[in-house]
Amino acid sequence: MALLDVSHLTMKFGSLAANRDVSFAVEPGTIVGLIGPNGAGKTTVFNCLAGLYKPTEGRIVFDGRDITRLPAYRISRLGLARTFQVVRPLKEMTVLENILVGAYLRQADSRRAMQIAQHCLRTCFLEEDRDRPAGGLTIGNKKRLEVARALATGPKLLLLDEAVAGLTSTEVRQMVELIQGLRREGITILMVEHIMEAIMPIADKVVVLDGGIKIAEDRPAVVVENEEVIRAYLGEKFSRRLKAMKEAKPS
Amino acid sequence: MPKLHLQSRDILWGALVCALALLPLIPGLIGNSFRAHVIILVLLYASMAQSWNIVSGYAGQTSFGHSVFFGIGAYGAGMAVVTYGLTPWPGFLAGSVMAALVAVLISWPCFRLSGHYFAIATFAIVEIFNRLFMVWDWVGGALGLDYPILPDGWVNFVWSETKVGFFYGALALFVLIFGIVRYIETHRLGYYLRAVREGQETAESLGVNSTAVKLAAMAFSAFLAALCGGFFVQYNYRVDPPMVMSLDVSMRFVLITILGGVGNFWGPLLGAMILIPLQEYSRAYLTILGSGVDLVIFGLIIMLMMIKQPKGIMGFIEAWQARSRERAAAKEGV
Repeated sequence: MALLDVSHLTMKFGSLAANRDVSFAVEPGTIVGLIGPNGAGKTTVFNCLAGLYKPTEGRIVFDGRDITRLPAYRISRLGLARTFQVVRPLKEMTVLENILVGAYLRQADSRRAMQIAQHCLRTCFLEEDRDRPAGGLTIGNKKRLEVARALATGPKLLLLDEAVAGLTSTEVRQMVELIQGLRREGITILMVEHIMEAIMPIADKVVVLDGGIKIAEDRPAVVVENEEVIRAYLGEKFSRRLKAMKEAKPS
Repeated sequence: MPKLHLQSRDILWGALVCALALLPLIPGLIGNSFRAHVIILVLLYASMAQSWNIVSGYAGQTSFGHSVFFGIGAYGAGMAVVTYGLTPWPGFLAGSVMAALVAVLISWPCFRLSGHYFAIATFAIVEIFNRLFMVWDWVGGALGLDYPILPDGWVNFVWSETKVGFFYGALALFVLIFGIVRYIETHRLGYYLRAVREGQETAESLGVNSTAVKLAAMAFSAFLAALCGGFFVQYNYRVDPPMVMSLDVSMRFVLITILGGVGNFWGPLLGAMILIPLQEYSRAYLTILGSGVDLVIFGLIIMLMMIKQPKGIMGFIEAWQARSRERAAAKEGV
């Protein structure tokens, strides 16, 4: 059974449909990428999954439970954690305290919550900054803090919203390693990503959105060949030219 | 290391409480002097400001309505003694529980909204409760409640011979409230309060039920503010609505904490140590300039503070500590 099952998800803001009839599933232990051009509705899907938005229509089943209209904190307690695309550090609190807030979800005892937080701090390479106020971190560290904090809640499924965007190439590599490490620990990952170099090598499956609609869902190698995906990314004109070039080559 | 940091802070706290507890041994310091009166008020107002600090400092939900909870606590004790002829103790408890209930009922609808609705609603309840208690005969109406003459001691919680009893009463209140806040600060609730203040949606994404957390903070805060009110009525032997339920009283909770440092453990004590002596001595010595001189001076201090250091006195202290740490680090580097 899939860990996450999204069926016929529609999210309207007034008359604007940010997502229309989106369905996909995430199998346990996999890394699934959610990609698409700007404005495709990826973050909206995330916000529906995490309980920030109440979907207009459709059903979201997580770990055998219908979570469609649950408040965000209940969803988080069930084991679905998310990071934010626009990082949201709890600015006046230190890095360790930020992570500790997440850690307290599964452990009310301060000493044991601290152990969880320390572990997540190490996992996400944040030890050097542990006592600094989170508001003063570099963007790369803020992105890692987002992951560390979500990780501390002990999730089964981790939603990463553009965890790699805006990082230097070294930081990207570090983050990719981190994500693969998390999968090895048994955490399932659903990630929204723009940087194809980051997602294509590690994803087991990618779901492609365009204009709020799912246009493809397959292994990365297959998706990159998909005509509709190419058209969504490159536009009508270029995709026709590309097609013509491909057809011209064999002859 | 944060752990060591906690320990040094706790030692400082223990030393402070011991020093305060031994104060009456210094002959002539407490007795029945004006100085004793000022010291007692510093402890009382520090406790009041600390109770406010829970919901408005740590959790970031600014309340201008704490005089209502303070007043309910005062009336709890006052009615136990005057109306029912009991000791004030059941009144302390009843008033505090009642204040917590009222606080939860008022804030529950507001906390479901975001923005400044909560602050605005708390402004309104002060006026509502003030008028209500002015015309409500059961609680004594505009005349208020006047204490009969009672024998001194802990049973009646009144002392007319010396102020030593009240001093220890205020100290007990101070230790209780600061102790509770210290406990909250270092445990889950404290982290959740600050997380809600720093980013409600972020906190929710981490499994924090922000409405429940804010309500808990409000209930604790109102309960403790009401205990302070209970002490206040005992100390004054009387209560009427303007004494306790007014925006003026509400603003003391707010301004003392702002002056000392909002959301900081020591802030309320520092603020009270400055405001209360200023208030009492200017009342005593500067009345020739008209009443309210203390408020003028205090207003100027707050204005200067907001310009120079919005985090209050604790902001200055922390900036100074950070600078000296940096200097030490730089030396090591050389």
